[in-house]
Amino acid sequence: MADQTLSAPLPALAGATPGRARQVWRRFRRRPAAVAGLALVAGFLALAVIGPLVTADPAAQDYSAPLAPPSGGHLLGTDDLGRDLLARIAYGARVSLEAGVLSVLLAMVVGVPIGLVAGYYRRFLDPVVMRLVDVVLAFPFLIFAVGMAAILGPSLRNVIIALGVSQLPGIIRVTRGEVLTLRELDYVAAAVADGAGDGRIMFRYVLPGATSTLIVQATVGIPTAIIGEATLSFLGLGVQPPTPSWGVVLTDAQQFLDQAPWLAIWPGVMIALSTLGFNLLGDGLRDALDPRSVR
Amino acid sequence: MALFILRRLGAAVIVLFLGSVLVFLGVRALPGDPARVLAGQEASPEAIAAIRHDYGLDRPLPVQYAQWVGKALTGDFGRSTQDRLPVAHILTQRLPVTIELSVLAMIVAIGIGVTAGVVAATRRGRFADHVATGFGLVGLSVPHFWLGILGILLFSVRLHWLPASGYVPFTGDPGGNLERMLLPALVLGTGFAAVLMRQTRSAMLESLSADYVRTARAKGLPERSVVGVHALRNSLTTVVTVLGLQLGALISGAVVTEQIFVIPGFGKLTVDAVVTRNYPVIQAVVLVTVAGYIAVNLLVDLAYGVLNPRVRLTGVADG
Amino acid sequence: MSERLMSEHSLLEITGLRVGFDTEEGRVQAVRDVSLRLERGEILALCGESGCGKSVTAMSIPRLLPPETTRLSGSIRLDGRELTDLPESALRAIRGKDVSMVFQEPMTSLNPSFTVGFQIAEVLRRHEGMSRTAARSRAVELLELVGIPAPARRVREYPHQLSGGMRQRVMIAIAVACSPRVLIADEPTTALDVTIQAGVLDVFRDLRDRLGTAIILITHDLGVVADVADRAVVMYAGRAVEEASVTELYARPRHPYTAGLMRALPSAAVTGEDGRRRLTEIPGLVPPPFEDPDECAFHPRCPRAREDCTATRPALEAFGTGHRAACFHPLSTAAGGDA
Repeated sequence: MADQTLSAPLPALAGATPGRARQVWRRFRRRPAAVAGLALVAGFLALAVIGPLVTADPAAQDYSAPLAPPSGGHLLGTDDLGRDLLARIAYGARVSLEAGVLSVLLAMVVGVPIGLVAGYYRRFLDPVVMRLVDVVLAFPFLIFAVGMAAILGPSLRNVIIALGVSQLPGIIRVTRGEVLTLRELDYVAAAVADGAGDGRIMFRYVLPGATSTLIVQATVGIPTAIIGEATLSFLGLGVQPPTPSWGVVLTDAQQFLDQAPWLAIWPGVMIALSTLGFNLLGDGLRDALDPRSVR
Repeated sequence: MALFILRRLGAAVIVLFLGSVLVFLGVRALPGDPARVLAGQEASPEAIAAIRHDYGLDRPLPVQYAQWVGKALTGDFGRSTQDRLPVAHILTQRLPVTIELSVLAMIVAIGIGVTAGVVAATRRGRFADHVATGFGLVGLSVPHFWLGILGILLFSVRLHWLPASGYVPFTGDPGGNLERMLLPALVLGTGFAAVLMRQTRSAMLESLSADYVRTARAKGLPERSVVGVHALRNSLTTVVTVLGLQLGALISGAVVTEQIFVIPGFGKLTVDAVVTRNYPVIQAVVLVTVAGYIAVNLLVDLAYGVLNPRVRLTGVADG
Repeated sequence: MSERLMSEHSLLEITGLRVGFDTEEGRVQAVRDVSLRLERGEILALCGESGCGKSVTAMSIPRLLPPETTRLSGSIRLDGRELTDLPESALRAIRGKDVSMVFQEPMTSLNPSFTVGFQIAEVLRRHEGMSRTAARSRAVELLELVGIPAPARRVREYPHQLSGGMRQRVMIAIAVACSPRVLIADEPTTALDVTIQAGVLDVFRDLRDRLGTAIILITHDLGVVADVADRAVVMYAGRAVEEASVTELYARPRHPYTAGLMRALPSAAVTGEDGRRRLTEIPGLVPPPFEDPDECAFHPRCPRAREDCTATRPALEAFGTGHRAACFHPLSTAAGGDA
């Protein structure tokens, strides 16, 4: 404990300066994989935000062209009801984005304060909270999400809640771990010695120090949630047709593997590229934010 | 060592107890009235009340919980609401299927993942490393169910090499069984292999830079002993830990894989039960899954002890 | 292969050795032109501060440096046989058999997952073709040889069950298992308690006396040198700056750097008459390994430096039999003190 404080950096104090942001960006930029990840994520965001505005109506049925292969009229082809696959994929990106970002946001908003408090009041709250976390972690992720989705009923909102709650234990655990390390550091000890209140210490001194780790955690939580949403929807427990989630499109595609393989290929490619993007971005951010971590 | 086992065992029992409470409460929280489901659409309120009484659903929750756990411990999980078969009987039919799938997938995952991880670490920064690392990243990003669909598309629809779906018991037709399990196992194992590869690679990189590896080289040992005996042995702890940690992902993957390939295993049972609101089955399936998960993690802890002499001899794991 | 007679060459001859490493910041030249000899049955000390190239010099002999980044030139001959151009497979036959090593860190140099016996037996099975059981019983004898009590029990134990000194003895047992011609010990006692150091050094002396093993002892501790070595080479910034028999070196150090090292010895302070003398340290830092101007590398820290020290680099010059030093203004008289 004592020897750790000597060599420990002051992440909270350093975290705010613009110079540090530039330094992180410079380290980030040096890694081609990280930049590629950022580009993939940017493409995904663009598709989700702008895509549905410029593509066709994802629900419009072109009776003249069911299961049409990719062509000028339908760039990625159509499904069995003659709906434009590109439009459905663009709209599906929006669903994925909502599920990915909102569920992680939910997990962070609920989990970070819990982790913070648990780590801070180590004596009283920590054992209780951590036992509960252990219990939830004893459920395989998808089993827990399936159970939650079953309780709540299938809809996008409930998928977001289910995935958010499923990610909660991880967020709590990471936050708590950070707090346990950070509260031993000099600048926190100094704040304690100055007589700062618990709340002030937690949110003003400890939380900023945990930012880097939490940013990385959020970045890698999003692809988990994207795959989670697609999987739940694929199983029929998530987003319900006709809403075009990537998972829903894939479920439909299964019946037409023979005639229309493009229906099965493009949604999967999109899922893979967007999760790959977030994973690369997460790895890149981790390396850029914490130069000491070597892979 | 005995103390070590006891401590882990105690923790596992506590988690299992709390987990069973969660399962129990979760199922109570499911929308819909199980008594109404059991009685059928046309049942009179009296009939529903009678069923509620028969199943003990009118008693206080703690009593219901105690009854449920008490029976579950004797292997009585009630009857399925779909086909009125004892749930325990369904479980014993479905469980071996999933275990077979998981074991096959595990073999695929260890075969590909550990090998690729070792190769990548020994060729750090070179072509083979880039290929393996790329495989690891892509493998992490591709969802199981899409990989399954692609597999069917390629090997069944296009090449006609393997059947797309279906299941025959191993005991009846071993060849046909393996033929049908091959693709699912490959699909399930590949994603798992990616994770294993990444962890093996970093563990091997750490071992390879350790002083004892330098000692092994200074002894004049051939590179295959240096890597395969000295470095790998110390990375195995990590590999086993990852196997344990990833078991949840394996179970989750099995759920999806069984759905795609229409394999009558535990995962398909779970999803079907949720879709049909088959409460006794949901309850039993989730509880058994959690119990199995906890048990395997306990085994991993013990394997950790066997692999690491320091834990084995003193019962203290450092780090 | 060699035309020369056996008696003409030393057991180990290093000539013009240069070792550099490619790093992201450029080439780091760790060893620049080192030549030295090791005679049969001799204990030669390689000394100097950390970063002077002594360890790299030693590690070059069995070529245990990372091949991708190491740039090595010069000649290393073991019994007349050139080692630098040997393929890796031939070197592997030499490592642990003809040239073996003991490293600084006994706590981490043994593999934590295998028993001590396995790790000793392994080298015997590799080089002597012994069976598992024969190697096992030989391992017990070796543990006894290096002074480990109850060897039959210890052979079944894991490294973490042994103390640091014990582990270092195990390392030595591994190193001498195949009766090597050259044993290289890299700071073998640095990580050990002072009380245990002497015991381990005794093992080395004993091995030389009983088995005739030639030993290269790498150390920054001149006390250790005085204790066991026959001859010493002092290195500074990748070069040998002084070389002499240990008695000669202690009696008449010529290079100001050697003299400085000796004044930094605790014993130098203890033996002081007034009892108040403090340890003298050499001011300044070792020069960075990137540049290598044509001058005496030690001059910025040297109390005797003059203009000519920066004009060109001093070469090793003889000062009596077997005593050489690279200095334009060497200390002239006895008692390694007054500059």
